[in-house]
Amino acid sequence: MLDFEKPIVDLEDKLSDMKKLAKESNVDVSQAVESLEVKISDLKKETYQNLTRWQIVQLSRHPDRPYTLDYIYAMTDDFVEIHGDRSVKDDKAMVGGFGTIAGETYMMIGQQKGRNTKQRQMRNFGMANPEGYRKALRLMKMAEKFNKPIITFIDTPGAFPGLEAEERGQGEAIARNLKEMFMLKVPVICIIIGEGASGGALGIGIGDKVLMLENTWYSVISPENCSTILWRSWEFKEQAAEALRLTGKDMKKLKLVDGIIKEPLGGAQTDLKWMANEVKKSIVKETKALNALSVEDRIAKRIDKFCQMGVVEE
Amino acid sequence: MSWFKRKDKGILTPTENKKEAPDGLWFKSPEGKIIHTRELKANAYVVPDEDYHVRIGSAEYFEILFDNNKFTELDANMSSADPLKFVDSKPYPDRIKATQKKVGLNDAVRSAHGKMNGLDITVACMDFAFIGGSMGSVVGEKIARAIDYSLQNNIPFMMISKSGGARMMEAGLSLMQMAKTSAKLALLSEKGIPYISLLTDPTTGGVTASYAMLGDFNISEPGALIGFAGPRIIRETIGKDLPKGFQSAEFVLDHGFLDFIVDRRNLKSRLTTLLTMLQ
Repeated sequence: MLDFEKPIVDLEDKLSDMKKLAKESNVDVSQAVESLEVKISDLKKETYQNLTRWQIVQLSRHPDRPYTLDYIYAMTDDFVEIHGDRSVKDDKAMVGGFGTIAGETYMMIGQQKGRNTKQRQMRNFGMANPEGYRKALRLMKMAEKFNKPIITFIDTPGAFPGLEAEERGQGEAIARNLKEMFMLKVPVICIIIGEGASGGALGIGIGDKVLMLENTWYSVISPENCSTILWRSWEFKEQAAEALRLTGKDMKKLKLVDGIIKEPLGGAQTDLKWMANEVKKSIVKETKALNALSVEDRIAKRIDKFCQMGVVEE
Repeated sequence: MSWFKRKDKGILTPTENKKEAPDGLWFKSPEGKIIHTRELKANAYVVPDEDYHVRIGSAEYFEILFDNNKFTELDANMSSADPLKFVDSKPYPDRIKATQKKVGLNDAVRSAHGKMNGLDITVACMDFAFIGGSMGSVVGEKIARAIDYSLQNNIPFMMISKSGGARMMEAGLSLMQMAKTSAKLALLSEKGIPYISLLTDPTTGGVTASYAMLGDFNISEPGALIGFAGPRIIRETIGKDLPKGFQSAEFVLDHGFLDFIVDRRNLKSRLTTLLTMLQ
């Protein structure tokens, strides 16, 4: 439960107590139950339709939120995971492989977070090392070779800022992906499913279509780190979140992403099956549209789109 | 014994007759060597004997690289907008204006084309003095257009990076400049036009993770700090002190991410030799 969800959870607890009491004492409380249910539903709408940017950041990190492999397994009929960058190791924070949706094969790649302490350690909290980005690129090149569209799932608090990451060229790995992804001959669709933090997110984020789930964020820095640097304290994260304009709506308005995929009320974690189906529908629809373009057109449009980004005065 | 005693109290020289030593006439190196700035300039801003490379900006690099300091600047008047209405301790436009006034630059990069030992070249050079050389829309756009100039005229492109990374006050817009510049470099690469990336002290963050590391030749100056994450963040992450020389140009060369390190005094001649070989 997130802090702003407490009033809802309190009411839900009250409702279940009421139902329990009614059952035990045989008193008719159906009217009270009904009014409470309406109240809960209203409060939910009120809360989730008016989320602040910081609350959206919180939802994007909800402990029950679906991760890359959750979507992949929920969407695909078959999935073959592929490991390793053929150079250093297999980065468990970056996963990928071929999967099928409605008879079509896609290359699916994404950052992967862990659900419990052990998994989180193994997945390095979704923070990839250079070998993760190189693994992603290897898989993308393979998709290109076999002419399969690429789907990337973005969910990372950032590329890992470690000693070995620097030794193995974290900056170079991300930079190379940016450049190479522009020239991929196959359609590329990128979907932000949780956190889209900075270069670590962009490292698999160059797509013909870049979509954001409703309760996700995408920016150059996390609100906490922004607060630390600009306000010299962790405490201004809410303000930083507002200032950064980091939600899907903001990013769409600024023309930095192409679209938003709606989530169920309360967030993606409340209904994985429904959510995965929405994501699947978007993938199928966008791929179809992108397949209608020639390779040259697709690449030219991809480049042109990103080259339009930015606002200057002359 | 009163020769050192002041006969009259207070400062008696009228303000208009006050003499001031010109600012910045002498430079003190980190090792304590005092050197006249004229001598420093004649030495490509490298402290003689110590080989310490003083941090310099676009004006100095242009002077070092372009023949007779002759060049045509591109997009000189471009400056930042404020589409996000970003406010931290002060509004972003105020910060921009104050910085412009203070450092006499419009933003953190300048670009120009001209001749280097007779060879045509486009150079974009970052200025650390402008909000830490941070990359916002102006930096991205000016670099993109400088690359366009190289593409249109089929001449080599050189990028001189010096930056703490992305400019937070432009948030998502700043992030996408990494993408934009990489896209243009991909086009440059397709055309077979040489791209030299000089990473100078310091080059970190989103700049390292985009155009700075995408050179056909990634080169640096002795002792420059080069990295993706800043040293402080890494220290906090791993909870240990960092080894000596970590993230120095020499360290990055050792790990295979730089083509060579060049003394600034030899920069122009080395680049000329290299580019002539590619013609």
